[in-house]
Amino acid sequence: MSDLHSQTVAYTRDTMLPPAPPPVRERGAIKWLRENLFSGPFNIALTLITLWLLWLALSEVLPWMWRGIWDAGSVTECRARPGCALRAGGAGRLLGRHPGSLAPARLRLLPRRRTVAPAAGACGLPHRHHAGPLHRPASAPAGVHGRRPLPDRLADLGGAIWGPAMVALGFVLGWAVWRLLLPRSNPGLAFTGGVLAALLWWLFLTGPVAGMLARLIPIALNPVPSDRIGGFTLSLLIGLSGITLSLPLGILLALARRSDLWIVSKAAVIYIEVIRGVPLIVWLLVAQILLNYFLPSRWSIDILVRVIVMVTLFAAAYIAEVIRGGLAAIPRGQFEAADSLGLGYWETMRLIVLPQALTISIPGIVNSFIGLLKDTTLVSIISLFDPKRMTDTIRATTEWGGIYWELYIFVGTVFFVFCFAMSRYSIWLEQRLERSHR
Amino acid sequence: MTDAAPAASPAAPATSDEVAIEIRRMNKWYGQFHVLRDIDLTVMRGERIVICGPSGSGKSTLIRCINRLEEHQTGTIIVDGTELNSSLRNIDKVRSEVGMVFQHFNLFPHLTVLENCTLAPIWVRKIPRREAEETAMHFLRKVRIPEQADKYPGQLSGGQQQRVAIARSLCMRPRIMLFDEPTSALDPEMIKEVLDTMIELAEEGMTMLVVTHEMGFAQAVANRVIFMDQGQIVEQNEPGEFFRNPRSERTKLFLSQILGH
Repeated sequence: MSDLHSQTVAYTRDTMLPPAPPPVRERGAIKWLRENLFSGPFNIALTLITLWLLWLALSEVLPWMWRGIWDAGSVTECRARPGCALRAGGAGRLLGRHPGSLAPARLRLLPRRRTVAPAAGACGLPHRHHAGPLHRPASAPAGVHGRRPLPDRLADLGGAIWGPAMVALGFVLGWAVWRLLLPRSNPGLAFTGGVLAALLWWLFLTGPVAGMLARLIPIALNPVPSDRIGGFTLSLLIGLSGITLSLPLGILLALARRSDLWIVSKAAVIYIEVIRGVPLIVWLLVAQILLNYFLPSRWSIDILVRVIVMVTLFAAAYIAEVIRGGLAAIPRGQFEAADSLGLGYWETMRLIVLPQALTISIPGIVNSFIGLLKDTTLVSIISLFDPKRMTDTIRATTEWGGIYWELYIFVGTVFFVFCFAMSRYSIWLEQRLERSHR
Repeated sequence: MTDAAPAASPAAPATSDEVAIEIRRMNKWYGQFHVLRDIDLTVMRGERIVICGPSGSGKSTLIRCINRLEEHQTGTIIVDGTELNSSLRNIDKVRSEVGMVFQHFNLFPHLTVLENCTLAPIWVRKIPRREAEETAMHFLRKVRIPEQADKYPGQLSGGQQQRVAIARSLCMRPRIMLFDEPTSALDPEMIKEVLDTMIELAEEGMTMLVVTHEMGFAQAVANRVIFMDQGQIVEQNEPGEFFRNPRSERTKLFLSQILGH
């Protein structure tokens, strides 16, 4: 045994070594290229083959895009051009000529004055598919609200604006009462007070006040029936409403599922399992058909509202499960620390648990949101005009019959841009929150 | 064992004859397992009690019962005149009077040090933010890390984090402090800075119950040392006597094991 120690020599370091830079081969672009592209004969071969394939693909696609015809009157015109760099042009042309169909959001905000868009009329789309005030039905009387004493420009905005604004004010009022009561009483009482104030406002004051304001300042928006909203306006309307509404609902469901109250947690479990266990299409059909059987006939809820509610309820179940995962990742010690400081359940959740759980859940939540936005195309099943169905109506015209590629590419690209943006935003958010914690 | 604690402070104020915590015939079970058996314990205001014992003896469970992080099944616990029962009002009252420091700090990682300290005063005590921040800075100075106020807990060393946790508890101006193995998760170099803070607190007359294996701290600071085994209080005595002349065989064995190396 003692042999092992025969080499041991007493040693004391008298100078500490300064840090040195790594050798050239081990840093910067050279290191990256060597490690990622040229790390061995097999990988060098793979790199070269990949480059060749890339070249093959891009040498076809890039000229096709570059020399595309972006300005044609019809599909024949587009295809007929010599050397016609194929079909990309169609989609671009379409966007320019058919704003009402594929990107109606842009025009819907314009005042009615400019509505009779000649281009839109010329493109030969059936009128009813043009969303928004572009083609206001002649039956809707101008200036329903007020006798147009103010400049026409204001009145031209048409339709109800004070009603929704006053309803929204109810939320502000409730919030204000809650904030006002919070320092003075316990949280439960303050919350009840806020809800009560909002309810009273909605029940007794919203209508009269809105009516009065409409008489004083008669501005309004042109009402657009749901079957006239289509294309990406429809997708974004359903998608964004679903996203904003399903997150709070999902949070409540996740909390309910983890609740100590037996009935609450079981109710949440049943809700989540039932909603998740049935395809969205079935729920949409329920919204369209079944609800009419169950609700009294005078309760005719707008189809778009029904769809938004269904999509929200559906997405909330998924989001609840994502957030439940985040909640499960919060260590017990966090709850114990909050308890020992005397924080109540809602304060603990709001100030300590949810901020951390939601940060963890961001990738999952955004994943659900992306799914939700794309699922909005399913509404074509209940005869709403989602972007894909809009392509059918475009193809049904004489000028653009038989055009497939460009329309699908365009629809796909727009969805991709939205979804990719959401994805990048979530990554940015994650990194920002991550940084702030360390 | 780390003998980090300095000599006892002779200036430590005497305990009063006011009762801070009273526990009578308290029992607790985890399922079928009888963790705490017939605990009787009276703590006077200003008393500093160290609780030690082998792992699984129920010492952590005992102090966690005092602010109802654990529920007891039979017997009574009265803290500052408030009985701990199913009344949520009583539980909230006790929790706002009793501070707790945990083995793993349990700071809120998404909040800065200052926000960790002001959260409960603002939301539980309803103290204005500015005032709460002044109080927080006062206690951060006291634990000697005011310069870390704007950092996040993850940026601090273990010892610093534990001192923040102590400051966070103190910001609620508690009358009783519970320490659940406050130095067990720390590197030896950091134990001293935490113990020093606790000693200062003791010198100011805080009522303290400390679960710890720091026998040096017990000898220097405690009025009373309690030895627990198998969910029962086996022996309690003033520290000098406890370490010199342990009476029960179990205590002798325990002391020989933790001191005898």
